[in-house]
Amino acid sequence: MGSYLVRRVGTSALVLLLASIVVFVGVRALPGDAALALAGEERDPAALAEIREKYGLNDPIVVQYLRYLGNSLQGDLGFSTRTGLDVSQIIVDRLPVTLELALLSLLVGLLIGIPAGIVAALRRGSWPDNVSNGFGLLGLSIPNFWLGLVLILVVSVQLRLLPASGYVPLLENPVQNLQRMVLPAIVLGTGLSAVLMRQMRSAMLETMSADYVRTARSKGLSERQVVLVHALRNSLITVVTVLGLQLGALISGAVITEQIFVIPGFGKLIVDGVFTRDYPVIQGVALVTVFGYVLVNLLVDLTYSFLNPRIRVSGAAS
Amino acid sequence: MTSSLDLPVQVGPANDPLLSVDDLRVRFASEDGPVYAVNGVSFELGASEVLAIVGESGCGKSVTAMAIPGLLPPTATVEGSIRLAGVDLLSLSPKELREVRGKDISFVFQEPMTSLNPAFTVGRQIREVLQRHEGLSKRAAQQRAVELLELVRIPAPQRRVDEYPHQLSGGMRQRVMIAMGVACGPKVLIADEPTTALDVTIQAGVLDIMRDLRTELSTAIILITHDLGVVADLADRVVVMYAGMPVEEAEIHELFAHPQHPYTNGLLRAIPHREKGVEEVARSRLAEIPGLVPSLRSEPDLCPFAPRCPRSTEICVSLRPPLEPTRPHHPTACYHPGEDS
Repeated sequence: MGSYLVRRVGTSALVLLLASIVVFVGVRALPGDAALALAGEERDPAALAEIREKYGLNDPIVVQYLRYLGNSLQGDLGFSTRTGLDVSQIIVDRLPVTLELALLSLLVGLLIGIPAGIVAALRRGSWPDNVSNGFGLLGLSIPNFWLGLVLILVVSVQLRLLPASGYVPLLENPVQNLQRMVLPAIVLGTGLSAVLMRQMRSAMLETMSADYVRTARSKGLSERQVVLVHALRNSLITVVTVLGLQLGALISGAVITEQIFVIPGFGKLIVDGVFTRDYPVIQGVALVTVFGYVLVNLLVDLTYSFLNPRIRVSGAAS
Repeated sequence: MTSSLDLPVQVGPANDPLLSVDDLRVRFASEDGPVYAVNGVSFELGASEVLAIVGESGCGKSVTAMAIPGLLPPTATVEGSIRLAGVDLLSLSPKELREVRGKDISFVFQEPMTSLNPAFTVGRQIREVLQRHEGLSKRAAQQRAVELLELVRIPAPQRRVDEYPHQLSGGMRQRVMIAMGVACGPKVLIADEPTTALDVTIQAGVLDIMRDLRTELSTAIILITHDLGVVADLADRVVVMYAGMPVEEAEIHELFAHPQHPYTNGLLRAIPHREKGVEEVARSRLAEIPGLVPSLRSEPDLCPFAPRCPRSTEICVSLRPPLEPTRPHHPTACYHPGEDS
C-alpha cells in the first residue's frame, strides 16, 4: 500500500508539471499581445517596451516558463492585470465559495443517486425503479442553465421561497448562506445524481447476482447485511470511478451555475478573467483547477484501492 | 404432508431421519410461462450420512439443494415438505430460516473463484458466520477462523486468514468455503458440485477433507454432482435424478453393482474404466446417451426418459412410472428395470 501511494503521488506530480506547461503555452498562444492588454489605453511604443521589459516578455519562452514555474511553486501566481490584486489572494478568496458549492452538489448527488440506484436495482421493474429511471433520464437530459432558470422562476420568483441569487459567506451567516446555495447545489447536483443513480443501479444489479451474494445469504445474513455489506462494497468500485470523472464535470458545471446565480466563485472568476483578458488570473485559475482535478483523482484512486484489494496488492507487488 | 408418491422402503439409518424431503416440487415463473424444475423429489438423510444427488445439467439437482435452506429466488414456487429434525423448513418465516442457514444447514458452492467476496479477507468472511450464529467476539471469531483454516489443511493459516480470495489458489478457496460451511458445526452440509471447477489433483484433496470432516464433525453431507467418480469416492447412498424427478435410489455399492434404470445404466457406461488398457479405451468410444434432456415447460405425466430410452414401450409414453422398489432397498421409477446386458 505504501509504495502504491508513493507511485501514485509521483505520477500526479508529473501530470501537474505537464499541465503547467500546457496552461502556460496555452495562454501564450491566445491571440493578442499581452503587453497591449497590460497597457490598456496606452499605445506609446516606449511604454509598451517598458512593460515588456518589466514583465520579462522579451525573454525566451523557456525562461519565462521556468520563472513562472518557480513563482507558482512559491504560491506567487502574479497580479491581475485588471484589478492589480494578487492572483493567489483572489483564488484563496474565491475557492471556498466554489468548494462549498461543489461539496453541497456532491452531497445532493450522493444522497439522491446512491439510494435511488440501490432501490431501483433491488426492486427492478417496480414503480420505484421506473421513477428512478425516469428521473435519471431527465437529470441527464436537462441542461444546467435551463434547470437553474426554471428553479429561479418557480421557487424564487413565483413561490418566493428562496432568494434568486447572490452570496453570503458561510461564516458570516450560515442560514442565509445555505438559503442562497440550495438552488445552485440542486442544479449542479441533479445531473450528478442521475449519473450516479444509473451507475449504482447497473453495478448493483450485477453484484446482486454474483455468487458471493448467494454465499452471503447461505450464511444466514439478513438481506440488509447482504446488500449493504457484500453487494454495496463491490458495487461502489465502479461508482467511485465514475464519481471521479464526474467531479471534473462538476467544476465546469460550476462555471455556468455560478454565472446564473451570481455566485462569486471560481467559475465566475474564470469567466470574468476570459472576458477581460486577465491572463494571470486565467493562468492561475486553470492551474489550481488542474491541481484540484488531479488531487480528486488521486483520492478516487486511493478510495478505489481501499474498496478493491486486488488493486492494492498487485500495485504493491509490481 | 402425506406424499402422493409411494415412499420407498427406507434405506439408511433406521431411526428418525435428520432431514426428510417429501414430494418436493419447484416451479419457476418465467416470461414464457412456468418451468417445472423439480417434480416430486423425496429422500431422507440420516445423521452423518453422505447422500449424493446425481444427474446431468438441468435435472433439478441444484434447485433441489437450494430449495432446502430456502435459497431459491422469489420467482420460485416451492411445494411439498422439507423437515430438518422434525421442523418443516417451508413453514418457517424468512427470519427463522436465516437462523437455520449457515448454522444447521450450510452450503459449499461450485465456483470457489466467485463464491467468496473479493473485497474482504477470508478471515473476515469466516468470522462473519461465527459472529452471526455463535455470537463470538471479533477476536474469538478470528481465533476460531484460524483453527478452521487449519482444520481444512490450509498451510500457514495465521497468515492466510488475513489474505484476500485472489491471493489464494482455487483449491484453497474451496477449502475456505468448506471451513466457512462447517464453522458452526452444521447438521447438514450441502456441497453443490464442490470439485467440478477444480483440477483433478486438487479434487482428491478436497474430497479427502470432506470425508474426514464428516467423520470428525459427524456432519451429514448432501453431495450434488454429475461425477460418478466423486460419488463412488464419498457417498453412502445415491439418488439419481432426471428431468426434475428421482428415477433411482440405492446404496452406493448396490447402485454400481446393479443399476436398474436405463438412465443410470447409461451414466455408468459413460465412465471410462481404468482397468481397460489405453488402446482399448481409445478404440471403444465412451458410450453416450442419445438425445437431449426434455424441456420442463409442463409437468411430466409420462416417463421423461422415454424419448431417449432403448427400452421404451407403449406404457412409458402414456403414464409416469412410480418410484417403487425393484430390488431390496432399491426403488426405481421404470417399467422395464434391470441391468443392461
